[in-house]
Formats: sequence, C-alpha cells, structure tokens
Amino acid sequence: MQNRTLEIGVGLFLLAGLLALLLLALRVSGLTVVTGENTYRVYAHFDNIAGLTVRAKVTMAGVTIGKVTAIDLDRDSYTGRVTMEVDGDVNNLPIDSTASILTAGLLGEKYVGISVGGDEEVLADGGTIHDTQSSLVLEDLIGKFLLNSVNKDETN
Amino acid sequence: MRKQSPLERLRLFGRAGIDVLATLGRSCIFLVRALFGRGTSGNALQLLVKQLYSIGVMSLAIIVVSGVFIGMVLSLQGFSILAKYGSEQAVGQMVALTLLRELGPVVTALLFAGRAGSALTAEIGNMKSTEQLSSLAMIGVDPLKYIVAPRLWAGFISMPLLAMIFSVVGIWGGAMVAVEWLGVYEGSFWANMQSSVSFREDVLNGLIKSLVFAFVVTWIAVFQGYDCEPTSEGISRATTRTVVYASLAVLGLDFILTALMFGDF
Repeated sequence: MQNRTLEIGVGLFLLAGLLALLLLALRVSGLTVVTGENTYRVYAHFDNIAGLTVRAKVTMAGVTIGKVTAIDLDRDSYTGRVTMEVDGDVNNLPIDSTASILTAGLLGEKYVGISVGGDEEVLADGGTIHDTQSSLVLEDLIGKFLLNSVNKDETN
Repeated sequence: MRKQSPLERLRLFGRAGIDVLATLGRSCIFLVRALFGRGTSGNALQLLVKQLYSIGVMSLAIIVVSGVFIGMVLSLQGFSILAKYGSEQAVGQMVALTLLRELGPVVTALLFAGRAGSALTAEIGNMKSTEQLSSLAMIGVDPLKYIVAPRLWAGFISMPLLAMIFSVVGIWGGAMVAVEWLGVYEGSFWANMQSSVSFREDVLNGLIKSLVFAFVVTWIAVFQGYDCEPTSEGISRATTRTVVYASLAVLGLDFILTALMFGDF
C-alpha cells in the first residue's frame, strides 16, 4: 500500500516536470508546434546595417511577417547583405518594395520594415530588394548637424 | 610544532597531490562501475522509483517555494530599474531569461546539493560505517548496483525536472507580482517574453545546464558517501565536503557553460 502511494507520488513528479517543460516551450518561448517551414528567402543590401542582429523581426505595416536569418558583407559591393525568411503566406510582395532598418522606440531593438511598392511582379524565393534605406546612425546625424552649424558660422 | 625540513615539506606536498589524483581516479572508476557495470539487481525499476521519491518528490517543496520567491523578487527589482527607462513591459522578458538561463539551473543545483546531496552522502556514509555495504557484498549483492546506481540515476532524472519546475513557478511568481501588483499590462508582459525567449537557445540550453549540474552534484554526493571514512566524524566531514564541492563545481561549471552557450556575441 505504501509502495503504491510512493509510486503515485513519483508519477506525479515526473508528470509535473514534463508539464513544466511543455509550459516553458509553449507559453514562455512561444514555440509553435507546427512550424511548417513555409517560408521563402529574400535578400536586401544596405549601406549600413548598424546594429541589426540575426533573429530581428521583419515587419510590414507593423505586422511581423518574418525574421532576419543572416547578415554578411557583400564582397563586391561593400554593402551589408541581410537575408530574411518571409512567411510563405505573404507571397505578394511587389519587386520594387522598400526595405528599411528601423528602431523600435528611441533605444529599442532594430528591425526591418518593408513598405509596399507598386510593381505587378512579385518577389520570388531568393529575390533581392533593391530599394533600401539604411539604419539611422546617430553619429552621422550629429556630424552633419555640427558641419552645418560650422558652415553657417563661416557664411555669417 | 616540530620544524620540518624543506625535503619533508616537499614530500607532504607531493603526497597531497597524489591523494587528490587518487581520489579523482577512484571516483571515475566508481562512476563507471556503478553506471555501466555488469550484474543486474532484479528490481532495478522499483529501487529507482523509491529513490526518485526520496530525492525528487521530497525536494519539490523547497524548489517550489524558493522558485516563487525568487521570481517575485526578480520581478520587483527588475520593475524598479526598468521603470526608470519607461520599459516596464520588458520585466517579463527579464524574469524569464534570468530564470531559464541562470537562476533555474543554478539555484536548483545549489538547493539540490543542500537538500538531497547531503542526505545521499550521510545515508551512504552511514551504511558504510555500519558495514551494511560490506554485508551486502558478502551475500553476493553488488552495493554499487543495489545502493549507488539507483541513487545516481534518480539524481540525474530529478534535477532537470526540478529545474524546469523552478523556472515555471518562478515565472508565474514574477508574473503575479508584475501584473497583479505593479500593474504591468498582462498582454505585453507575455508577448515581450515570448518574442525574446527562444526555445532552443534559452529553454534547451537551460535544460542542458541542469543536466550537467545533475550529473556533477549527484556524482559528488554519492562518491563522498561511498568514499568517506567510516566514522561519525568522517561522515560529517564528507557531508560538508559534498555541499562545498558541489556548490563550487556548479558555480564554476556554470561560468564555463554560459561562456560556451551565450559567449559568442
């Protein structure tokens, strides 16, 4: 009899542990059971990716439609090549869409925002977005501002 | 105290080194023989269940209670700092990542070393000093199989499960403080957490950490008991060593594992 309660206790313990792992997977890390792998790949070249990281989200109209999977330097054009996995459901991105690196809030994370273009043709798997807007680099901005004020002083 | 010649000091130093190496070697042979040695002890599963009960189930209370409180404290502290930057919603992300990556595995291992490890050492040490182990060997039952192996496996199985329970309970405690008490919006609390916690990077790496800790802590605890001097003083020293060595090993290994897992920025 005592053995029985002991075994039930152990069973409950094992169950609780596995349940905890399941909770962590589904509730905390937001893992979806069916990933489907239904995505396609899109490239974009940026002059400066400044702070964009792998796993950053790709959004359109504020809705997340994919994520950044790789960032590397394109040796020929000296630009940063960002590889993005875009949701297979969003298969109607016009080929002249614009990709820009944006910042969530003032100090927030960087992400890629895609604004829709007007072309009839759509981006296929492995396609490249040509119209890009680089990340806003605060240092450049300050530099320009300082240069402007110096120039103004000279003309006065 | 008698003054020792330099040569004598050198000899003592050498002997200390040999002792350390011999203990390490003994512990490795001990582990291999306990885990992979031949010879079955009929009702292995039943022995394992019994140990799972006394090691795992009986540790649940301390794990759950400390998990809740640590989660709540993390939430409070994180909130007071994050509120300065106006990003209180990130408190969920902070609590979850801290618990999954570090505090879950580490605190569980430390508590486990104190709660279950010391008990294992004392129990086996006492069996040794009352010559139960040698009696077992005399009647043809391998104490490594009958006494040691079930305890080792029970430790390996329970600690990762306890660490998962610790993290879940801690996150729940953190959510309770943040959402109910501090007034963080519930939706953004969970959404922020889900967007930043990755299953493979954070949950699985935490699980791997706790598996490693389980291995080390249980090994140290059982070996210290098996290898102790069979006197009451020897048992007490072995129990102390278990807690000290296990805690140090966990904290040191945690740094190495963290550097390997999350170090490549």
